[in-house]
Amino acid sequence: MFKIAKYIILDIVRSKVLIAYTVLLLAISLTIFMADGDVTKGLVSITTVIMIIVPLVSVVYSTTYYFNAAEFTELLVSQPISRKNILMGKFIGIGSSVLFAFVAGVCIPVSIFAFSATGITLMVSGCLLTLSFVSLAFFTSTRTRDKARGIGLALMLWFYFAILFDGLVLLFLYSFADYPLEKAMIALTALNPIDLARILILLQLDISALMGYTGALYQQFFGSGSGIIFSLILQIIWIGAPLLLALKAFKKKDL
Amino acid sequence: MRNYLLKLCLLLMLPAAVFGRTIIVSPHTQIQTLKKAIDLAKNGDTIIVQPGLYTSINTIVNKELTILGEGKPVLDAHHREEVVTITSNNVKFDGFIIQNSRTGSMRDFAGVRLSKVQNVTVSNNTLLNNFFGIYLSDSNNISVINNHLSGSNNAENSGNGIHLWKCKYVLISGNYVTHHRDGIYFEFAKNSTIENNVSEKNIRYGLHFMFSDDDTYLHNTFRNNGSGVAVMYTRRIKMLNNTFTQNWGGSIYGLLLKEISDAQIEGNQFIRNTTGIYMENTERIRVTKNNFRSNGWAVRVLASCYNNYFTNNNFEGNSFDATTNGSLKENYFSNNYWDKYEGYDLDKNGIGDVPYRPISLYAQVIEQNPQSVMLMRSFIVNLMDKVERAVPSVTPETVKDEKPMMKPWKR
Repeated sequence: MFKIAKYIILDIVRSKVLIAYTVLLLAISLTIFMADGDVTKGLVSITTVIMIIVPLVSVVYSTTYYFNAAEFTELLVSQPISRKNILMGKFIGIGSSVLFAFVAGVCIPVSIFAFSATGITLMVSGCLLTLSFVSLAFFTSTRTRDKARGIGLALMLWFYFAILFDGLVLLFLYSFADYPLEKAMIALTALNPIDLARILILLQLDISALMGYTGALYQQFFGSGSGIIFSLILQIIWIGAPLLLALKAFKKKDL
Repeated sequence: MRNYLLKLCLLLMLPAAVFGRTIIVSPHTQIQTLKKAIDLAKNGDTIIVQPGLYTSINTIVNKELTILGEGKPVLDAHHREEVVTITSNNVKFDGFIIQNSRTGSMRDFAGVRLSKVQNVTVSNNTLLNNFFGIYLSDSNNISVINNHLSGSNNAENSGNGIHLWKCKYVLISGNYVTHHRDGIYFEFAKNSTIENNVSEKNIRYGLHFMFSDDDTYLHNTFRNNGSGVAVMYTRRIKMLNNTFTQNWGGSIYGLLLKEISDAQIEGNQFIRNTTGIYMENTERIRVTKNNFRSNGWAVRVLASCYNNYFTNNNFEGNSFDATTNGSLKENYFSNNYWDKYEGYDLDKNGIGDVPYRPISLYAQVIEQNPQSVMLMRSFIVNLMDKVERAVPSVTPETVKDEKPMMKPWKR
């Protein structure tokens, strides 16, 4: 399993795509921190960028790599290695490389310029977000054999979670404005890893603006120790669940 | 020689004869209470109280005296009555620790009460655990200087720190008030000045005006109170160079304005408040040269406000710059710096060429649907705001800064 991961990491390092991604993230973080003296404002901007770019790159890159290495997978399957180990090895290889890009591109500048509770929340939720989208990419990739379809599916998934979901939530809020939706909103948040990450960071940044009734409820829920654990567990579920489903599909798949 | 000595003695006694005698109160002499000393004294005398713990069950100062505490003597009412009441003009009361007045819902028991007097100074005292701290009623020309007041911090049973009722020409300067209901409370108090005070962690307001016209407060700090300052039903208040900070929580404001007119708000700092300024039924307020930084809502102007002017302010790092609850008309913004402004300045005169709209679409959405606070800073919200800025349709047409500054005002 780890041997496969090692070969994948070595292969990924040799291709320049991930290095370009690291440099892009690094450039964004550094420019934002350099351009503005206000660190909090910098964190806000980085959050906005991260919520879009990180899921997109994670999901598209993982899918592309998965399909590009299809022949290597076929070769591996012919060897006496269990399919579980093959897929997990792939996940660890791709996941750790994309995660490394995030750590180098975002975590390091953030810990240098803005090492605070907000900064740590940003780093942790960014890492979890990366992994959950790699995991989602595996989920879609194992469903299909066609590369174009796989990438299309991955893009749709990103589009849904990053943009469409919040639009639907807004629509939902307006349609049911007469009902008490606070609890329902917490449940809705759990359905989107990007929202989970965003709200965790938000609670550190815009506390004073969130102090209305709804905000206070969020603050009480997500701000408390059990709430933070709850959201971390949910984010881990967002990593684990798609991976498990991918594993199930991969085991039965006719390659 | 004997004659000479006598003359010297007379000379030495002269000041006492002209400026009044000095009476010393000490636990070790015959005069062991302030009350006894006041009974012995005449107008113009000085009473010096030496260090010690004195029981003072509503000691009434009814003569024109200078009462000085030496080394902070303690006057304690043991929760039985008020501590000191001043009913005479021309009194100076300085340097005591005054503690444990009675609490009650029928009467406003106070640490130091001034009743129908003039030219009184209360200075350098420490008031601990009193129901009301310094209570001024029906008095003119009073100075309350450099006192330190700390209340009981009991939400149900707590009075105001410095309480004014029907006063004129009062100077409140250099005081520190904490753990009271309202730090400083003005009711029918006119032509007064409040300066260089710090009011923090009070249960309700740091400073509260009711029906009090023509007052000025400047260089004060209001920190972490139930709400910073509330100005209600008054006219012509000047609010200059104060700091409003960390007034946090649901329906908590840095500065709350209700039913007021002709006020001037200039040079203040609003930092990290849930709402910087909240305005309801206000008229002709000039908000100039203030800094709004890191607030949830920098200003919230209700539709019942008219002819208010916001000029030369800095708005930086606020979650929302402005909100309203309806269509806002005849309120004017100009020459402010907005950090969210994205326009350009072709003629390089420092003023942006396209107007800035401080009320974003999302602010309007939250107004109608508070639950959508969950979507803050999401991509869809940013997108909606950008589209709205480009083609305004939902946000109030009239609310805009025609001359937004490109760079923040330096002060």
